[in-house]
Amino acid sequence: MNSLLLQVCARITSPLQIILSLILLLRGHNEPGGGFIGGLVAAAGIILYGFAFGFHRALCLLPLPPISFIAIGLLLAAFSGIPALLAGQPYLTGLWPNLSIPTFLAGNLKPGTPLFFDLGVYFSVFGTVLLMLETSTKNENSP
Amino acid sequence: MNLLLVLPIFLPLVSAAILLLIPSAKLQRWIHIAACLAHFAASALLLCEVLRKGITASQLGNWPAPFGITFVADTFSAMMVLITGLMGFLVAIYSLDDVSSEHQKRGFYSLYQVLLMGVSGAFLTGDLFNLFVWFEVMLMSSFVLLALGCSRHQLSGGVKYLVLNFLSSSLFLTALGLIYSVTGTLNMADAANILKSSPLGISSMSAAMLLMVSFGIKAGLFPLFAWLPASYHTPPVSVSAIFAALLTKVGVYALVRVFTLIFTIQVDFTHDILIGISLITMLTGVLGAAAQYETRKILSFHIISQIGYMTLGLGFFTEAALAATVFYIIHHIVVKTNLFLIAGAISKLKGTAELKKIGGLYAESPWLALLFLIPAMSLGGIPPLSGFFAKFALVKEGVSLHAWLSVFVALAVGILTLYSMTKIWAEAFWKASPNENGDFGLGDAPDPTPTSSTTPSLPSLPASFWAAITAMAAVTLAISSWPQWLFDLSERAAAELSTPSHYIQAVLHSKQ
Repeated sequence: MNSLLLQVCARITSPLQIILSLILLLRGHNEPGGGFIGGLVAAAGIILYGFAFGFHRALCLLPLPPISFIAIGLLLAAFSGIPALLAGQPYLTGLWPNLSIPTFLAGNLKPGTPLFFDLGVYFSVFGTVLLMLETSTKNENSP
Repeated sequence: MNLLLVLPIFLPLVSAAILLLIPSAKLQRWIHIAACLAHFAASALLLCEVLRKGITASQLGNWPAPFGITFVADTFSAMMVLITGLMGFLVAIYSLDDVSSEHQKRGFYSLYQVLLMGVSGAFLTGDLFNLFVWFEVMLMSSFVLLALGCSRHQLSGGVKYLVLNFLSSSLFLTALGLIYSVTGTLNMADAANILKSSPLGISSMSAAMLLMVSFGIKAGLFPLFAWLPASYHTPPVSVSAIFAALLTKVGVYALVRVFTLIFTIQVDFTHDILIGISLITMLTGVLGAAAQYETRKILSFHIISQIGYMTLGLGFFTEAALAATVFYIIHHIVVKTNLFLIAGAISKLKGTAELKKIGGLYAESPWLALLFLIPAMSLGGIPPLSGFFAKFALVKEGVSLHAWLSVFVALAVGILTLYSMTKIWAEAFWKASPNENGDFGLGDAPDPTPTSSTTPSLPSLPASFWAAITAMAAVTLAISSWPQWLFDLSERAAAELSTPSHYIQAVLHSKQ
């Protein structure tokens, strides 16, 4: 699809979608949002870019192939339960260090272990959606 | 204790993810083996821990028992995880030279780890909904493993497998809804606690029956076992061997868990149905096998008939019968997996698994013949081998309960099993190779060129095949030589299964 209108919009909206996805991820523990929806929104940003400029080019934006995002996400989620074990608690118990980092958009951020779990979900969902995109557009030439 | 309960799931998950990140095929193989070995070691440690400290439980995320996710290991589940680890490791060795590079590229190793994770999770979870989730993890990875390669017969087997298993999952989910509406909980121990006092009402009885059908499909019980013989002979040998080892046994495990822990009020109804189904399953499976002439198909039908023996012990529902069931499961997993691996070795040597087209293996490879004989005779229940002790314990309990029909069927099916094993022996190993004797064609008179060209250069088996097959035969021989050791374990597991209060106590009152 070669539409100037879409291309101009996508150039602006795609980065905004990625930022929005991060906001959703960070506020997700106690408010609506979280890793899953964040991952979807981020993937939607890439897909919008793909509609405007071709999916091949959109996937080239990524630093890693989609399947590596899934793997990194799984690793993050799996290891986010380990600190609890080291502290003598059951696996995956949320640990909240006494820290609070101010962010501009998502309120004060408390970096506990569940955040890393959410981040893992974020990467896995992001990678899964893009892997579907990659497989279903593999034989398609970029427009 | 928290750590050990989680490791059999954590390790395969992490290795699956790492295997996705690593592109080098050579490195993948090493990680694959190392991961399976680590899983095996972790499960062995878990069993030691359970033997020392009794039933252990861990509440994931530290949410207390009926609300959070519970992981429990009693002797039975720890034994099942250990045998999963052992089979996972040995089949992994076999798979090194069995799986094509195409499969490796498409993620065979990762899927294998995910399968191990799903199976271990199903054994360790203490929550019915979680059991459902682990079943799904297992189903997805096994379906992809089954369909990987996309040949025509793989897909036709895979679709049957998928449809019947989805049916089973939806029945499972319906049953979960019913149980939740009656008890307000899906924690197995909590549900058992609530249901143990009053007789089952219409909802809980329907739930029990739905679960029986659902797990029966997974286990391969009569009448919904069609997915098993339709699919098991299609994928690479290592895949069908690990399926034969684990998938149906998870169904049996779930049946045992649910019908010793939760639905134990109206035993004369529920467990009598189980006995009936088991007997029909044993008969149909063994008769189905008698009609087959492809080694892996024969073996697939035998899985079904052997599953009948395991659930028969559950149907008797005495402590000794449960011990026999546990013993039977462990013995059967080792023997059956080995037979599948040997079937793979036969088709590797001969290029086909059709019994009519092969022969003369005894002369060509006497060691393979001997290694086949050990699990085959054990499956048939010939005295010094492990299958004899398993059948003996079960039949003895049947005699003491005066369940004459069951005893008769169990013995008759044993003889028919022996018939099938003798058929493989006679056709594949004993008779002369059909292409050496021209008169074996029986009038078909095919032109001799395609068959006879294979004889001169007989391919030899890779070392990894020998290692895996020999190790499994050694395990069978070890069980046969020291059956008392496994019996003690099984009796301990059965004692825990028949007094569910300990299990309930361990889950609901564990500190963490």
